[in-house]
Amino acid sequence: MSPETNPPPVTVIEVENLVTHYGDREILKGVTLDVREGEIMVIMGGSGSGKSTLLRHLMALETKTSGTMRILGQDIDTLDQRQFFDLRKKMGVAFQGGALFSSMTIGENVMLPLYEHTDLDPMTMDIMTRMKLEVVELGGFEDLMPSELSGGMIKRAAFARAIVMDPKILFCDEPSAGLDPVVASALDDLILLLRDAMQMSIVVVTHELESAFKIADRITILDRGHILMVGTVDEVRNSSNERVYNLLNRVPEDDSMDMDEYLHRLTGVEVNKDAAL
Amino acid sequence: MKHEIREEAAGVVVAFEGDVDLQTSPDARKVLLDCVRQGKSIVVDLSKVGYIDSSGVASLVESFQSARKGGRNLVLASVSEGALRVLKLARLDKVFTICDSVEDGLAAIG
Repeated sequence: MSPETNPPPVTVIEVENLVTHYGDREILKGVTLDVREGEIMVIMGGSGSGKSTLLRHLMALETKTSGTMRILGQDIDTLDQRQFFDLRKKMGVAFQGGALFSSMTIGENVMLPLYEHTDLDPMTMDIMTRMKLEVVELGGFEDLMPSELSGGMIKRAAFARAIVMDPKILFCDEPSAGLDPVVASALDDLILLLRDAMQMSIVVVTHELESAFKIADRITILDRGHILMVGTVDEVRNSSNERVYNLLNRVPEDDSMDMDEYLHRLTGVEVNKDAAL
Repeated sequence: MKHEIREEAAGVVVAFEGDVDLQTSPDARKVLLDCVRQGKSIVVDLSKVGYIDSSGVASLVESFQSARKGGRNLVLASVSEGALRVLKLARLDKVFTICDSVEDGLAAIG
């Protein structure tokens, strides 16, 4: 009898050999990555590692130089505008600063995607909005303005808006940034709740180690546009890779520099290394 | 999504089949509110519902509230694990009467 095997995990995002540039500068240098259904994938890396760029590409907000991306089984290069629009409706985003409209109430902010993307009855939209505010523990706050909320509450409201359409994939950009540890930990709990209750696939970019270790099913570590490793929390913690160790233990970067590259950055003029002194 | 309405002595059984989502929940809402307007108590049979999203749950909430206003009841029967998770997320499992079967639901509204 053959041994019982688990079915392979369903993949919601598949990225292969993603290369991106800002101007002449190569940011992502051939990134291959997958995000599985119902998992929390945390993307970590130092400043300039490319993690924010990768997140924007996973959200299909940027144009890549080369490589392939499949989101919820669809190759994004083959989608027409309507298909792309439908795909985006299945993705929610909690932006780093909340990105709430200051002139609208919390309820109006949360309801906005429903107004923009659906023809639901106003009563249905109103109940959905209030339900999501309950989920993020902001029940009864719908009539307040963003200016009347604390930083942690703003983040929660941003989460409510991000999940109001029941997205299949939720993207979170630095959810804990600027929050005190207690509030940050509560936000981590909320992310875990969304995964477990709504079976969402969640991609989180963070530099907060404690948060990453608490919520991640898997962690991707980016380093200078390359993937250094992808693994579970234990695999990352026990990694023998020196650069992973340095990142986890906040060891400062090596001070040495590539002089030609640095001069190129400062002057914009490339020097033929063979011809240089 | 399809639906079937069955008259019983205690009220009506509304059985949905398929997914109740952004596309189909307006139909589900209309069916339920029509039954409420006719002054009937309702058992919502969810045994053949694969997935119900927040718009579907919102329709259940609105219909339940309308039924209560008219002195009637609305209970849920055969709620799948996934649907129960969505209900629990907004603590609606404490709001709705959730029955294991349609028969239990009919007894609850009777």
